[in-house]
Amino acid sequence: MPMGLRRDKPGTAGKGSGATDRRARERGGLAVPGDVLAIEVDGLIKRFGQLPAVDRISFGVRKGEFFGFLGPNGAGKTTTIRILTGVMEADGGSAFIMGHGAGSLKAKQVASVVPEMANAYTDLTGWNNLMFMAELYGVQTKQARERSVSLLQALALQDPKDNLVKTYSKGMKQRLILCMALISDPDVLFLDEPTSGLDVQSARLIKDLLRDLNKNGKTIFLTTHDMDEASDLCDRVAIINKGKMVAIDAPERLRMATSGRHSVEVSFNDSVSPESLASLAGVNTVQKVGDKYRLYTDNPGDLVVALVNHSSAARLKIVSLNILAPSLEDAFVAITEKEAGYA
Amino acid sequence: MPETALIWQQLRRSLAIARKDIRIYYFKGPVVIFGVLFPVFLFLSYTIGRDLNADSMIPGLLGMTLFFTATSISPIVVPWEAQARTLERLMSCPVTIETIIMGDVAASFAFGISLSLVPIALGLFVGISISSPLILALAIILAAFCFASLGSVFSIPPTNTPATVNMIASVVKFPVVFISGIFIPLDELPAWGQAIAYISPLTYFTDIGRSCIQGRGHLPLAVDFGVLIAFTVLFLLVAMKLHRKTMPRRI
Repeated sequence: MPMGLRRDKPGTAGKGSGATDRRARERGGLAVPGDVLAIEVDGLIKRFGQLPAVDRISFGVRKGEFFGFLGPNGAGKTTTIRILTGVMEADGGSAFIMGHGAGSLKAKQVASVVPEMANAYTDLTGWNNLMFMAELYGVQTKQARERSVSLLQALALQDPKDNLVKTYSKGMKQRLILCMALISDPDVLFLDEPTSGLDVQSARLIKDLLRDLNKNGKTIFLTTHDMDEASDLCDRVAIINKGKMVAIDAPERLRMATSGRHSVEVSFNDSVSPESLASLAGVNTVQKVGDKYRLYTDNPGDLVVALVNHSSAARLKIVSLNILAPSLEDAFVAITEKEAGYA
Repeated sequence: MPETALIWQQLRRSLAIARKDIRIYYFKGPVVIFGVLFPVFLFLSYTIGRDLNADSMIPGLLGMTLFFTATSISPIVVPWEAQARTLERLMSCPVTIETIIMGDVAASFAFGISLSLVPIALGLFVGISISSPLILALAIILAAFCFASLGSVFSIPPTNTPATVNMIASVVKFPVVFISGIFIPLDELPAWGQAIAYISPLTYFTDIGRSCIQGRGHLPLAVDFGVLIAFTVLFLLVAMKLHRKTMPRRI
């Protein structure tokens, strides 16, 4: 047991083990002795028929870490969360939550989830939903009431708490589901696209609360499509594609490691054909962004010079010019396209 | 955690699930239609215009009421929750699938017990006498549990449409009513009719009812109780084992 955690019998996902060196590599540098892992996944496999939804993925999430889990639709993110939260059984590999086999009652007791497609009970009030969850986690009534009041206040739901959930907006429902997930004060919180399709105010409330929770030591496992969100919130992100883990690192390091995704954003005082910009030396791709053009390149310095020469020759005036480092979204697109064989 | 403490913990949580079911499902349309209105109209259509005395009517009405009501909640909860997208949240909580099933069975059981009081009250109002109230009460409790467990078996196929489950349940429930000595007492059935009747758990409860109200049971009470217990164990085991396989496929 290299991570210094006592582990109980694996639950539904606790089958088999992988080679130590592979595990260390795939955990994204988490092989440091003494790292205490809140989530430990090794060689996890899940198939639907012949289709591998999750294909031998391995990673570890440290206690107190904010971990992002990114991937395109159908990559295996939700399946992974469902295995880790005990909703689904793995076909192979092992997974542990705070040292307890994923799917076991002990693992479920210390974790909580905000599922992507889940709903609260719409025929119950917000308050009754919270009390029901508290009962399922064995939270004492007094403590459940105190926590509920504080959570409802933090997520601006105190006023409609006695209304049936069927009268709530989508944002209110999602905030309530987060309250339900937090009523047991879990050590590990899983969130599957928690802000997807929400209004700005609800999304901001949720993100602020997640930051506070992480600051107070909660381990957070977040899947999202929103790269800005992942970049803002996460200590590390993993990218999964077609069931396989393709990258795992800090968002900043992933961004900087993406070659060919530096870009120069430029606008001129007159119209310019994108073909003429694409013909400049060193330009990989041209993208029109509003009234500007974004030119992707491996060498932004040389491209700036080329742009200045081009504008002089074409009697154009440069209105604005910015050199942009690759975003996490760029890194995500580059990695997933590379995996798909586009690049 | 010691095994007994774990069992108590899960039992308490299954009661929480039962309370949630009671709040949400008792007044749902399918429950009222299949659990209350159908048996009432079925019974009225059989009894109106016939010269039947209360002593022979009430055991049948009691059996039918208990059977329909106790099998009305447990079949629909799991597909309903899968459709309403509350099941995944429930499955991720620290409860076993057996705990979830027990909670649903308990809610159906309580519904059956409550509504079985109506035919008993009606019978007492029209002047029937119950020779062994304690035995009848025990039989109602056991049969309600047995029928609620049967209801959970109906929802094993992993469909998320409650109407489909109700259709499956109706295919079983209606024939069972006709072969269980509800309308014609067991001892008036031909030998082949009795042979069919013995495969229905409702037969044994109706027989206890007739014994306690009419004083004319066909089988010894010990046999009636023994078979009801056996059916209950069988339905519970089948429900728990198969829901464990099919429940994750609903997500």
